[in-house]
Amino acid sequence: MEDIQGPPVTPKKVIIISSLSIILLLIVATVSLILGTAHIPFNKLLLLIKGRLGSNDPAYLIVFKIRLPRILLGGMTGYTLSLGGVVFQALLRNPLAEPFILGTSSGAALGAVIAIVLGMGYGVGVPLMAFGGAVFTLSLVIVFGKKGAGVESSTILLSGVIINAFFTAVIMFFIATSTHTLLHNMLYWLYGDLSQSRFEAINIIFIPLIIGSIVLYGLSTHYNLITAGEEEALHMGVEVEKLKLISIVVVSLMVGTVVSFSGIIGFVGLIVPHLSRMLVGSDHRVLIPVSAIGGAAFLIASDTLARLIISPSELPVGVVTAFLGAPFFIYLLRKRGSRWIES
Amino acid sequence: MDRILELQDVGFRYEKNWVVRGIRLQIKRGTFLGIVGPNGSGKSTLLKIMDGILHPQEGDVLFEGISLMKMKRTQIAKKISMVTQETHFHFNFSVLEVVLMGRFPHLGIFKFEGKRDLDIAKEALRLTDSIDFAHRPINTLSGGEKQRVLLAKTLAQEPEIVLLDEPTTFLDLRYKTEIFEIISSLIKEMGLTVVVVSHDIDLVSQYCKEVLLLKDGKVFDMGTPKDVINSENLRELFDCQILVDLNPITGTPRVNLIGGS
Repeated sequence: MEDIQGPPVTPKKVIIISSLSIILLLIVATVSLILGTAHIPFNKLLLLIKGRLGSNDPAYLIVFKIRLPRILLGGMTGYTLSLGGVVFQALLRNPLAEPFILGTSSGAALGAVIAIVLGMGYGVGVPLMAFGGAVFTLSLVIVFGKKGAGVESSTILLSGVIINAFFTAVIMFFIATSTHTLLHNMLYWLYGDLSQSRFEAINIIFIPLIIGSIVLYGLSTHYNLITAGEEEALHMGVEVEKLKLISIVVVSLMVGTVVSFSGIIGFVGLIVPHLSRMLVGSDHRVLIPVSAIGGAAFLIASDTLARLIISPSELPVGVVTAFLGAPFFIYLLRKRGSRWIES
Repeated sequence: MDRILELQDVGFRYEKNWVVRGIRLQIKRGTFLGIVGPNGSGKSTLLKIMDGILHPQEGDVLFEGISLMKMKRTQIAKKISMVTQETHFHFNFSVLEVVLMGRFPHLGIFKFEGKRDLDIAKEALRLTDSIDFAHRPINTLSGGEKQRVLLAKTLAQEPEIVLLDEPTTFLDLRYKTEIFEIISSLIKEMGLTVVVVSHDIDLVSQYCKEVLLLKDGKVFDMGTPKDVINSENLRELFDCQILVDLNPITGTPRVNLIGGS
């Protein structure tokens, strides 16, 4: 007989694993503050944090006005995209699902591209148009997929794919008819651009991020059950239709909000949930915090590289996430098989 | 006798045609009811109606006198549980994690399983003889092992009624018998009420106390296995040549298929 010591998931376990993830995140963030075109030594960083250097010191400007908001935005974006990926993978029972699968990103992208063409600024115009595009796409997907009290998973998936294709075509139209400078701005936005980070953006993202996290974490056990199928979950007492609708709306609004400021950053929402599942298993009460915090660390690290690789110029961060993420993911798949998914 | 679930002239249709209609049924507490019928006769639909996930357009389903349609999903899941035909987990969970999922209707939001929940899960694993593989990943088990674990998950729900939809379809002879054996002992030990949909008529006639024959969405006949499992009934039900005699060891009706006619 195998002995069973205690429940596999306890609050203590969640707190310990989440704390370890946060420590990792803080280390990555600190390194990211130091590294860059201008190197800020660690002892200088300590002086800055202690307030020993005045606000007119160039290091002060670099750390607090440029790098810190960028790290915060990158962290929040990675956090949200990974969280969205975990939730959608469970909800759609599809390991390939990611937060953009329902077309939210292409809606946001179209909004942003139109704003760039119209010459709107990065402070208000572009994010607002992008968010509008995301909300518009979300409503389209829900209207298309509506069935009875809820939405049908296969229909919303297909709607998402089709909306993606259609909007991409419209975006291509704008790209094809644009001038050289606009083109550069559009492409950077489409591959994720954190260089425009400001504290105002972080203030706007923060509230939906906290509320969304609490709502989605509260549904963790529901996500565990729905991995065995919608009908199975229904038999177990899950209000499946409500769960789907709440999750889709919450994730899409959170994702819509962050991508409005960060642009489309691929791969984080696919790869970090899988890495986390490999490390801590499939129970969403542990998986959700680890993925979200891990996503933040992953994106901050990627963005640091995006700043460094062709310094003093920089790459769109989405290029780095895909360039690093894809081979790493293939390596893990080859090495481990897909055991952590289905065994 | 005390009736736990009552179907009052229940009719259900997905679209135009009625899948089941005019079903009047009283399920007694502690009984073991087998539902037998040809493919497409409405057996699975009937089970889903009994679990309240399908709402009949006609009639009502009462659990201890209360309409299932007025109960919340978690409320129903505390009383009635179901083992579906095929359950596949799309991500990897251990057997223990799966069985603990059965505690879902009893846990609130932001709650974790405590010692009592763990004890219930362990007991469920012990009763289904699956405690030895508690730490194995669910998707590495054989069909028979997995079915026992899913039964354990159902028991961890602490229901009063367990519904089983063809639990033995993919199992070999030994595991088929084992599942029916485990269910019978659970009825005796825990006073469960069990409804099973099955094509294994020999096992139904050996283990069930009552049998309902379903044809074209209507009750064709109902009674003890000896009363209803006979050549005439089964021939008409399945539209093929069947001879029912008695199993020489158990004395229960036994089905013999006669081909070539």
